[in-house]
Amino acid sequence: MNKFKRIIALMLVMIMGVTFVACGNDTKDVATPPVSDQKDAGDISQSEPEDKAGKVLNIWGWNNEFQGLYETYFEDAGLLPNDIEVKFTIVPNDDNAYQNALDEALLNQETASDDDKIDLFLIEADYALKYVESDYTLDIMKDVGLTDADIAGQYKYTQEIVTDSKGAIKGTSWQATPGLFAYRRSIAKDVLGTDDPVKVQEALSTWDKFYDVAKMSSTKGYKMLSGYDDSYRTFSNNVSSPWVDSNSTIVLDDNTVKWIEQSKEFTDKGYNNKSSLWDDQWAADQGPGGKVFGFFYSTWGINFTLLGNALETPLPDGITATSDPDVFKEATEGNGIFGDYGVVEGPQNYYWGGSWLCGATGSDNLELVQEIMRTMTCDADTLITITKDTQDFTNNIEAMDSLAADDNFASAFLGGQNHIKLFAESAKGIDMSNISPYDQGLNEEIQTAFRDYFNGTVDYDTALNNFYTAALEKYPNLKVSN
Amino acid sequence: MDLRKANRILCYIVLILLSILCLFSFYLLIVNSTRAHSQIQKGFSFTIGGFFNANLKNVLDNDELPVINGIINSFIVSSASAILATYFSVLTAFSIHTYDFKFKRIFFTFIMMIMMVPNQVSALGFMSWMGKLDLMDSLIPLFLPSIASPIVFYFMLAYMQSNLPKAMVEAARIDGASEFRIFNQMVLPIMKPAIAVQAIFTFVSAWNNYFIPTLIIRSAEKKTLPILIAQLRSADYLKFDMGQVYMLIFLAIIPIIIIYIILSKYIVRGVAVGSVKE
Amino acid sequence: MKSISKKKNKSISYSKWGYIFLIPFFTIYILFSFIPLVSTFYYSFFENYMTGLTQIGPNFVGLENYKTILFESDLPKFALNTFIIWILGFIPQIIISLTIAIWFTSARLKLKFTGFFKTVIYMPNLIMAAAFSMLFWALFSDIGPVNNLLVALGYEPFSFMQSISGNRGLIALMNFLMWFGNTTILLMAAVMGIDNSILEAAQIDGANAWKTFWYVTIPSIKPILVYVFLTSLIGGIQMFDVPQILTNGAGGPNRTSMTMIMYLNRHLFSKNYGLAGALSVILLIVTAILSFIVYRNLTEREEK
Repeated sequence: MNKFKRIIALMLVMIMGVTFVACGNDTKDVATPPVSDQKDAGDISQSEPEDKAGKVLNIWGWNNEFQGLYETYFEDAGLLPNDIEVKFTIVPNDDNAYQNALDEALLNQETASDDDKIDLFLIEADYALKYVESDYTLDIMKDVGLTDADIAGQYKYTQEIVTDSKGAIKGTSWQATPGLFAYRRSIAKDVLGTDDPVKVQEALSTWDKFYDVAKMSSTKGYKMLSGYDDSYRTFSNNVSSPWVDSNSTIVLDDNTVKWIEQSKEFTDKGYNNKSSLWDDQWAADQGPGGKVFGFFYSTWGINFTLLGNALETPLPDGITATSDPDVFKEATEGNGIFGDYGVVEGPQNYYWGGSWLCGATGSDNLELVQEIMRTMTCDADTLITITKDTQDFTNNIEAMDSLAADDNFASAFLGGQNHIKLFAESAKGIDMSNISPYDQGLNEEIQTAFRDYFNGTVDYDTALNNFYTAALEKYPNLKVSN
Repeated sequence: MDLRKANRILCYIVLILLSILCLFSFYLLIVNSTRAHSQIQKGFSFTIGGFFNANLKNVLDNDELPVINGIINSFIVSSASAILATYFSVLTAFSIHTYDFKFKRIFFTFIMMIMMVPNQVSALGFMSWMGKLDLMDSLIPLFLPSIASPIVFYFMLAYMQSNLPKAMVEAARIDGASEFRIFNQMVLPIMKPAIAVQAIFTFVSAWNNYFIPTLIIRSAEKKTLPILIAQLRSADYLKFDMGQVYMLIFLAIIPIIIIYIILSKYIVRGVAVGSVKE
Repeated sequence: MKSISKKKNKSISYSKWGYIFLIPFFTIYILFSFIPLVSTFYYSFFENYMTGLTQIGPNFVGLENYKTILFESDLPKFALNTFIIWILGFIPQIIISLTIAIWFTSARLKLKFTGFFKTVIYMPNLIMAAAFSMLFWALFSDIGPVNNLLVALGYEPFSFMQSISGNRGLIALMNFLMWFGNTTILLMAAVMGIDNSILEAAQIDGANAWKTFWYVTIPSIKPILVYVFLTSLIGGIQMFDVPQILTNGAGGPNRTSMTMIMYLNRHLFSKNYGLAGALSVILLIVTAILSFIVYRNLTEREEK
């Protein structure tokens, strides 16, 4: 009885303590802005806009990728003014939480205190236009102050993705993520009689030829692709019109229909392994036991995901080709199917992935925003260092071309091929003028809806109807053509 | 005699099977926390991998992942939720159970009605309303609302109906005890088993809640564990590491298992005490 | 609830305490839940959503949203999905929980190690639903250990994720595993609360175990039983995170595992307060009616 009373008493004290601490924090939060206001007012009169600049630069993202790069190549390089603090706000992607939080914050941007205003935020390509077409994002030239010369070195498609309907560029990226087709050399030898990238590319240069190789592979007991959505991006990046037309009607492009037909045929004829991107079957297919001819992969996937999956025993923790070449060499030699992959451009150019930096309207630190954008996404020296340090493919044509010409960049994992060379070529050919603000939802929904069609659960019309239903749930303003 | 023995063996078999089923997931969690990302990606294995230390180091050394803070925040939110939910639900149930007043039926029906409202229904409204109250990015909206927990209230009321005779309250009044004293010194101890049971339930669900915290919390130092786990899961390809994800899930589960085991003893004992009635 | 209708003049002087003790609950409820909820209901009569960062509406549309949800959506299908998955998990849950609650408390069986078993059966509930779903996904995937086992035993591999019954079965199994311990603890508390003298009296009267169970135990634990049933029903109607994560939000093949709240969640993507609000009101009414029926039935039988 007494013990219980004591527990209850303790609990109550704890609550009060917690409430007190929490309230204490809150009052502190509330108290901060006036202090900084005072400082501003004390320095110089408030009429001059430059001096109203907040002392906190807020950057929003869904993961720490940019934070890491920024800290290494901007802050540690001594480029951050002493009197400004950079604050990262990370909201995970799950359940659309990042966009929900970002939207709420942007909508309240006007009333937020200077130190809470978002200055920079990160976005992905599939929903880029949602922000780019809004007034909440700054023109990186007119508003932020980057020049034509600054962005001249970037791959054009990375700008197309963040260009609004009036032609203003409203975001900028440090990376380019062109895609390639990574094939198994041993299987290519068996099926095509050669593993030479030039000849393999010749055999896969159109979708018709791709189909022929799939047929030949099948007779030898191989699958051409792992799953339904492997080739989706290659088709969807090459559509002839955006997902939604000017009347807000959903347009099912011929190329998308081609993807449906190809995937259905591949599934029915056993040319694929019925997997989905990122599932265990897909990952296992890339490993030593895999019987799949090849995979569509972009820059980042090859040296990390594909390499990891190809090995029998995983690399020691923290080891990459650049971090410790000797240990890497020793750990990979004869390990799984290391060295058995090659890369070619495949039937069509495409890209997969990437993040963009946007300046937020209302930002009170435009000079620093400009400086960060210039250093992190335009400066050839910084970008080439990032590529050398991380093997990431960065957004600077000249820098990447110089690496492409450098034979030191040959990849042992790809049997000695210099993949940068192929990426550099492929990136120039990507055309992303046909994106829409609805790509994220519509790309997701069409793959989900047609998975049921591919595996035979529903017929084509039901799948198409399911797609339209799901699309209208996400985007109630859209229409379906009759 | 034999029949009873056979019965008992059957009971043990069923219980052991169920226990294996229950513990199996923990075994899988532990196994996965010892494996490297690429091993996990390629499918399942029942054998321990050699990456436990590497995963642990990666999680703890990750500057952008305030694990210790996360544990403390989760602890504050969960224990405050458990305490507030149980104390005030007993209080609310006591009011409905003991007193006769004019609108009692209406109040009771109202609480029963709102018990059925799914959380998701008003989530977005909740988020913008918290913004207006200036409670965004604060832990308060994560635990204070548990004062009004209709489901806990309903349980307390059900328990009270079979364990708190009104005559006891009246006897205490005759002894001159005030209503507050009756509640704190007589009713709460009687409700002890029910409180322990619901405290665990509330604690666990607050500990694992992702939906509401992710709408409210922004700054790194206020994040709770489920947000940190989700954050690891949406890491970029350079850092995406299922080994770390499972390691953090594993770390997140240790404190709650400890608390559960401590409280569960209390439940077993508490329930036994509650059954001895006057 | 008989006590509610009973009126005693004697306690009138104390009635103000009834109100006072309700203050915390209602203050907090109104502040944190009721205001957002009322706005939800209010907006169910409006066209009101976001397209990108642009707000559409609110435009008053009367009952249009209700018409859309009731007659133009697949809500009946999702309601059926939810019911099937719930009942698949609930039936084994109540049977097993009640059985082992009786075993644990039985004086005749005198089981040993009950402390261990009691502790263990609740433990799956400690794992986050997200983590639990990830584990199950890996276990039952096409190349997962369960399929490997099937193949090793000479059966055809079974694609759980692409089969309707596979999906529903897995969700039900996970719900069962996560909640049967919880139910057992509740029922155990109720069974232990039964006055021993009543049980002894029944035994002296010559009642066998089954009769004691049916005529003494069940009526005595009825309030908790009603509680378990009601909360499970409500939990079932609100079923969300397990199917959401297991099916990656898609609701399984041809949406056959999509629950009502998953459907509600889809409207939150566009912050569609109008349709989501209407759906919420419909859900609330359905739940209220169901709960009322259950509550009435179970408590009335008691009086006979």
